[in-house]
Amino acid sequence: MEKEKIHPIQKFMDNIWLLLALGLAIPILSYTMWGIIELMNIPQGTLP
Amino acid sequence: MSIFHPKGNWYRPPTGTERLWVGLALAWCLVMSITMPWWHFQGKQNAPQTTYEVDPSAFIQRVNQFVETNRVGEMNNVPIVEPEPGGDAYLLGQMWQWYPVLKLKKDQTYRIHVSSADLQHGLSILPINMNIHVLPGYDYVMEITPTTAGEFSLICNEFCGIGHHRMTGKIIVEET
Amino acid sequence: MSTETVKAAAHRVCETTGLSIFLKAQFFVKINAVLAVIFLLVGGIAALLLALTRWSNVMLLNDIWYYRMITLHGVNMLVFWIIFFEMAILYFASTTLLNTKMFSKKLAHVSLALMVAGAVVTNYIILKGQADVMLTSYPPLEAHPLFYLGIILFAVGALLVAFNFFATLYIAKKNKTYEGSMPLVTFGAATAAIIAVVALLHGAAALVPTFFWSMGWMEMMDPGVYRLLWWGLGHHSQQINVAAMVSVWYFVATMSTGAKPLNETVCRGAFILYILFINLAAAHHLLVDPGLSSEWKIWNTSYAMYLAVLASMIHGYTVPASMEVAMRRKGYNKGIFGWFAKLPWKDPGFSAVALSAIIFGFIGGITGVTLGTEQINIMAHNTLRIPGHFHATVVGGTTLAFMGLCYYLVPLIFQKDFYMKKLARIQPWLFGGGIVLMSFGMSFAGTYGVPRRTYDSDFGGAILETGFDPIAHIFLGLLGVGGVIAFVGLLLFLVLIVSAVFFGPSIKGQKMPTWQTDREQKMTDDLISKGYEEEGKDYHIKTPGTIALVLIFLLSFAIYYFANWAALADLWHIR
Repeated sequence: MEKEKIHPIQKFMDNIWLLLALGLAIPILSYTMWGIIELMNIPQGTLP
Repeated sequence: MSIFHPKGNWYRPPTGTERLWVGLALAWCLVMSITMPWWHFQGKQNAPQTTYEVDPSAFIQRVNQFVETNRVGEMNNVPIVEPEPGGDAYLLGQMWQWYPVLKLKKDQTYRIHVSSADLQHGLSILPINMNIHVLPGYDYVMEITPTTAGEFSLICNEFCGIGHHRMTGKIIVEET
Repeated sequence: MSTETVKAAAHRVCETTGLSIFLKAQFFVKINAVLAVIFLLVGGIAALLLALTRWSNVMLLNDIWYYRMITLHGVNMLVFWIIFFEMAILYFASTTLLNTKMFSKKLAHVSLALMVAGAVVTNYIILKGQADVMLTSYPPLEAHPLFYLGIILFAVGALLVAFNFFATLYIAKKNKTYEGSMPLVTFGAATAAIIAVVALLHGAAALVPTFFWSMGWMEMMDPGVYRLLWWGLGHHSQQINVAAMVSVWYFVATMSTGAKPLNETVCRGAFILYILFINLAAAHHLLVDPGLSSEWKIWNTSYAMYLAVLASMIHGYTVPASMEVAMRRKGYNKGIFGWFAKLPWKDPGFSAVALSAIIFGFIGGITGVTLGTEQINIMAHNTLRIPGHFHATVVGGTTLAFMGLCYYLVPLIFQKDFYMKKLARIQPWLFGGGIVLMSFGMSFAGTYGVPRRTYDSDFGGAILETGFDPIAHIFLGLLGVGGVIAFVGLLLFLVLIVSAVFFGPSIKGQKMPTWQTDREQKMTDDLISKGYEEEGKDYHIKTPGTIALVLIFLLSFAIYYFANWAALADLWHIR
């Protein structure tokens, strides 16, 4: 029996582990890490 | 079926009305994506963009200095303070009042530094309903131009203990 | 683990769907659902007391108990009720729908113990008066260490359930317990689980150091950093709710009408947009916070150009469209909306889900995206507009959908039938209607600037006097009335569910009793059995009704959105 060729996009959609990795990486980088870096780099106030 | 497992190659790009709707929805999303940056450059109301790191006790000192130099009166024992148009003003959130009362001139721009002496607070200017978040250790600078005159109330809208619902203040805006 | 042991593990075959229900997993579905409903009741009682306090003419509680009840209400609703229920969904979606037993029974027991312990400890310390800090517990506000510890234990338990879920997915695939790709409902549950992992990790990052601080072992975390991390838990957990809710929509659509997803690629693609981008929007809690740049705010709050909002709008089309196709195939072809009128409105599972989609989309979604724009947030931050929004999404949307699922859970999993079916038919309308009224009351009061989480809307006793327009108080009254109606709807739900689960007639060995006529149910069953064989087939049936509905939605969205920008332009200038 010939094996049906699966479309590459379907292969991506079926790959729950890759989706888990991306689902972790994207928000952690874009929201969390970027945000923390900004909060750690606030200039000192010069209050006489 | 949503509860059964599709077999083989089920990939199929959207067609017909589905495709039309995805296109329409995407177009609306792109319109919305443009409005925020557009308003950032063209609009006159934007979230304040300047922040400094401060020690709360240093900020309190600066507020007191500001009150001493620019005091013009008082309201129910709270000092009324008039900053220079175009200059810096200071507003302190503390358990449980906004201190001091500010007296501003309509259509003049001020850099109002807001911070907290203790817990987190929410600065809310009424009845125009403008709101920003206030943190201890952070000097958040509002570059603000009152465009209407009158007496405006300040309340706190971030829970800050049992006196939270008694935490008020005032901003007076004079006609020029 | 061989295929034999995985597939042959103790199970029963469902008389209604033909699917295998693995008995050990079934226990965990049941226990998590029961626990969920218990904490829903606790949170619900708090809700009633709060609604009767914000209703300024009533002001039932005193100030101390008001603030205590907000904490109790928030924690029980947004954490315990909803996450326990989602665990039930995860157990179901990974075992029954994939024809496998779960990965580890031991792990399931350990996670359950942690979650129960955490929930009990946190409730205890709040009621003892040592955690009046709101659900968000923003430092420098400090609670007793048990508050943080309870939530941490609960979160660790939930993380272990998510691990068990993914491990079950793995052994199912490895042992080839099903052919092809996982069903759409399982894919939606997996989306929820992925988002849950991100959420719970952020929760640990925010609460573990804060717990240490409360024990005196560490310095207080920077309050701005805390807010960033905490909302990684707080907002991302709402997105678990969205993914789970949409999965429930697909499930109930199939079971009640025989609907099948028109295009698996489109539906799954939308879930993937959720996985990749939906968590970025946690930024909308920080739009008027100091320290974060406009670039960060604008990029994140737009879910990266609203791609996740696109996903919701896609589901908003595909779910009703699949039902329109199913109805038209059954012969309900009259005009544009004939099919809509003939939907199984008498099935409380269906009506709850339909109402959930309408309330979530039209009220929750539109207000959420609008209030979550950087500049419009200036008019909304910490006002009652915010709870007005999220009661439409989490309560009118997710909770109502979960209630709808219960009308299927009870006969299919608990194998019991309901008493008082006439009352069951109106329950979703009562609850949904009450929530809508309450949400309107909150939102309109909020446009006057009435703050959230505030005991006395007149600020009695303040040094400098202030108050609100009397109209704002009328809206607070609407909040109160809506809250009471919703509570009655909630109570009715609890009575129906408890009486069925514990005292209802057993339907073991029978198909699930139908809420429709026998003729309609037969047509639905035929579609369901055909649907399995007809995978991938295109029906070329048009969906004018759904197109009309979504165009009305888009128009409403545009009007509300631009009206808010217009209102913004009237404010003082600020940057």
